[in-house]
Amino acid sequence: MTAVLEKSFVDTAGRPTGGGRRLPSQWLAVIPFFAYLGIFLLLPTLIVVGGAFFDRNGLGFSNLLIMNKPFVISAYLNSVILAAITAIAGAVLGAVLAYAVVSGNPNGVFRRLVTSACGVLAQFGGVTLAFAFIATIGSAGFVYLWLKQHGLDVYAHGLWLYDLRGLELVYTYFQIPLMVLVFLPALDGIRPQWREATESLGGNTWQYWRYVAGPLLAPAFFGATLLLFANAFSAYATAAALVNQGSVIASLLIANTMTSEVGLHDPGIASALALVMVVMVATVMVLYTVLQRRTARWLR
Amino acid sequence: MEYGRRSWRGFKALGIAGAALVLLTACGAQNNSGGSNFNWATAASANDGGGTAALVSAAKKEGKLNIIAVPPDWANYGAIISGFTAKYGIAISSANPNGSSQDEVNAVQQLGKTSRAPDVLDIGKAVTLANTSLYTPYKVQTWNDIPDSQKEATGLYVQDYGGYMSIGYDSNKVPTITSVQDLLGSAFSGKVALNGDPTKANAALNGVMMASIATGGSPDDISKGVDFFHQLKVKGNFVKVQATTATVKQGQTPVVFDWDYLSAAHGTDVPSWKVFTPNNAILGDYYNQAINKNAPHPAAARLWEEYLYSDEGQNLWLKGLARPVRMAAMKKAGTLDSAAAAKLAPVTGTPIFLTDSQATKAKDYLASHWTQAIG
Repeated sequence: MTAVLEKSFVDTAGRPTGGGRRLPSQWLAVIPFFAYLGIFLLLPTLIVVGGAFFDRNGLGFSNLLIMNKPFVISAYLNSVILAAITAIAGAVLGAVLAYAVVSGNPNGVFRRLVTSACGVLAQFGGVTLAFAFIATIGSAGFVYLWLKQHGLDVYAHGLWLYDLRGLELVYTYFQIPLMVLVFLPALDGIRPQWREATESLGGNTWQYWRYVAGPLLAPAFFGATLLLFANAFSAYATAAALVNQGSVIASLLIANTMTSEVGLHDPGIASALALVMVVMVATVMVLYTVLQRRTARWLR
Repeated sequence: MEYGRRSWRGFKALGIAGAALVLLTACGAQNNSGGSNFNWATAASANDGGGTAALVSAAKKEGKLNIIAVPPDWANYGAIISGFTAKYGIAISSANPNGSSQDEVNAVQQLGKTSRAPDVLDIGKAVTLANTSLYTPYKVQTWNDIPDSQKEATGLYVQDYGGYMSIGYDSNKVPTITSVQDLLGSAFSGKVALNGDPTKANAALNGVMMASIATGGSPDDISKGVDFFHQLKVKGNFVKVQATTATVKQGQTPVVFDWDYLSAAHGTDVPSWKVFTPNNAILGDYYNQAINKNAPHPAAARLWEEYLYSDEGQNLWLKGLARPVRMAAMKKAGTLDSAAAAKLAPVTGTPIFLTDSQATKAKDYLASHWTQAIG
C-alpha cells in the first residue's frame, strides 16, 4: 500500500510517468498471494493430474479405468448423494434462519449473536466436530445414554452414527451456519422499497415473493446451495474421524488408496480418483460463479 | 512360515552372495575397527564397526532415535522404549503412533534424508515385501537364533514378534464366547468391532480371514468372512468404529477381533477382559523389522535392533503377550521369561500363516466387496 502511495506522489512530482513502470511495484504486493496459490493449489493439482496419467508402465490412461469398478462408482454416488442432501437441508434451514435474522433489528443482539455463532460453527469441522458427536450421541456418549435411560434408544435399529446417515447429520451441522453466512448479504440487498412498491401497485405478499423477491434471490440461493454441495463433497477429516469401516465416500476411498497396508496402496490410482473429484468440484464452482454473477446484477 | 517355500529358496541363493559380501566388508572394516570415524550407515553387523561396544558409543554420540507407528500399548512397546532409553540414554522420538505400516513407508519416502526420517520400521508382511529398496541389511548378534524361514537371508528384513488372531471381550458386558458364530446372538447388539478397516489394516484383514476360516472358508477364500460380517451388520451387532485402547476403555467396542497380544493388553483397563482363540481357526502372523537405508541415526538404529533381539527385548515383547521370534531358541537356552510365557493362551491345533498369494487374493476380494457388505 505504501509503495503505491509513494509512487503516485513521485508521479505528481513531475517525473515522466510510464505505465509499464508502475506495474512491478503493484505486482510486488500480490506475490505472496500467488506464491501461496502456486504452492498450495496449483502444484498439488499438477501433481494429481500428472499422477493420474502415469501408471507403472509410464504414460497412459490405465489409472482412470478404476472408475469402472462398481465399488468406486458407488463411493462417488454416495459422495454426491451425501453432498446433495446436506446441501439442500443446509440451504433450506440456513435460509430460514438468515431470513429470521434479517427481519429483526439490524444492530440487535439476536443478529450479532447468530452471525458470530455462525462464523465459528461454519468452521467447526474435522476431528473436533466428529469427536463432539461421538462424545454426546456416540454409543457411549452421555446424551445417548441419558436418552436410553429415559426410554428412547436412538440406535434401536443399528448404530447409524458411524455411517452415511451419521455423516448426513454431522455435515448438516456445519452446512447451516455456512448458508447463513453466504446468504445474509443477498437478503440484506433486498430493499424495503421494493415491497412497498409491490403493495402500492396492489400486490399481496404471495405476489411479492413470487414475482419480485423470489426471482431476485433465486440465483443467490442456488449459488449458495452449490457452494454447500462443493463444501460437503470435498470434506474428508470429519468423515475419516467418524467412519472407520468401509470407504463409503470418494474422499475416504482416496485416503485408503494412499495408506492401505494390505497391498491396495497405489498413488497413481489415488491421483486418478482425486482428478475425478477435482473435475466435479471445478464444474460445480463454475456454475456457482455464473449464478453469483446473476446475483450481483441486482443486489449491490 | 509357509509363504517362504519357493521365494525363500531364492533368498537362500541370494543369502550366499550376501554372506560373501558381508565377509568382504567385514574384512575391509577391520582397519577401521574401533575408529570413531566409522560410517555406521554401511554396517551390516555390529562387528563391521568394531563390535557392540563401538556401536553403543557411536549410538550414544548420535543421542537420538526416530521411530514411527509404534503405540506404547502395542506388544509392550511402551516398556521397550523406556527400557532402551534408560539403558543407553538415547532419546526416542516417536511419530504418528497409531499410523499404519504404509504410513511408515510413506514417511521414509517423503522425509528422505532429513533428520526427522524414521530410523527403523516395524511393518506388516505386504508392505515389507513391496518396499525392499528402502531398507539396508543388518544382522543382529543373535541372528543365528532366528529361524531361517523368519528372516531375509541378508538381514534386509527380519520378523520380530507375532501372535494369533483372537476375539477379545468384556465378560461383564457379553456372555462367554465359545465360537465365532456366538457373535451373531442378540446379546452382541452394537458391540462387535475390528481393529481397523480390512482394506487398509493388516490386523483387520486377518480378523475377517479368521472369521472366514472359522465359518467354512479357507485361507484361499475370505468371502465367508465377509458374509459373516455382513450378517453381523444386518443383525445390528457390528460397530463401525476402529477398536483402540480408548474405545475399549470407554465401552464403545466391548468385543474386538484383534491379535491376541494386543487384545490381552486391554486387561489393564478392563479387568473383566477375556481373550478367545477359536481352535478351528488359528491364524498367525509376524511383523518385520527393517532399518531405513537413509536413517538419520544409523548407529542408534542398529543398536535399537540389537536391543529388540536381545534376551531383554525379546522377553519384554513376551511380557506384552506377543510371541518373540527367538522364543524357541531362548526356551532351549533357558533365558526365556517362563512366568511371562505361561501367561500366553495355550494354542491347540496347527496355526495357519497366509501365503503371499492368499493375502493378495484376500485384499482384492475385500477391495470390491467390503464396503458393500457392511454398508
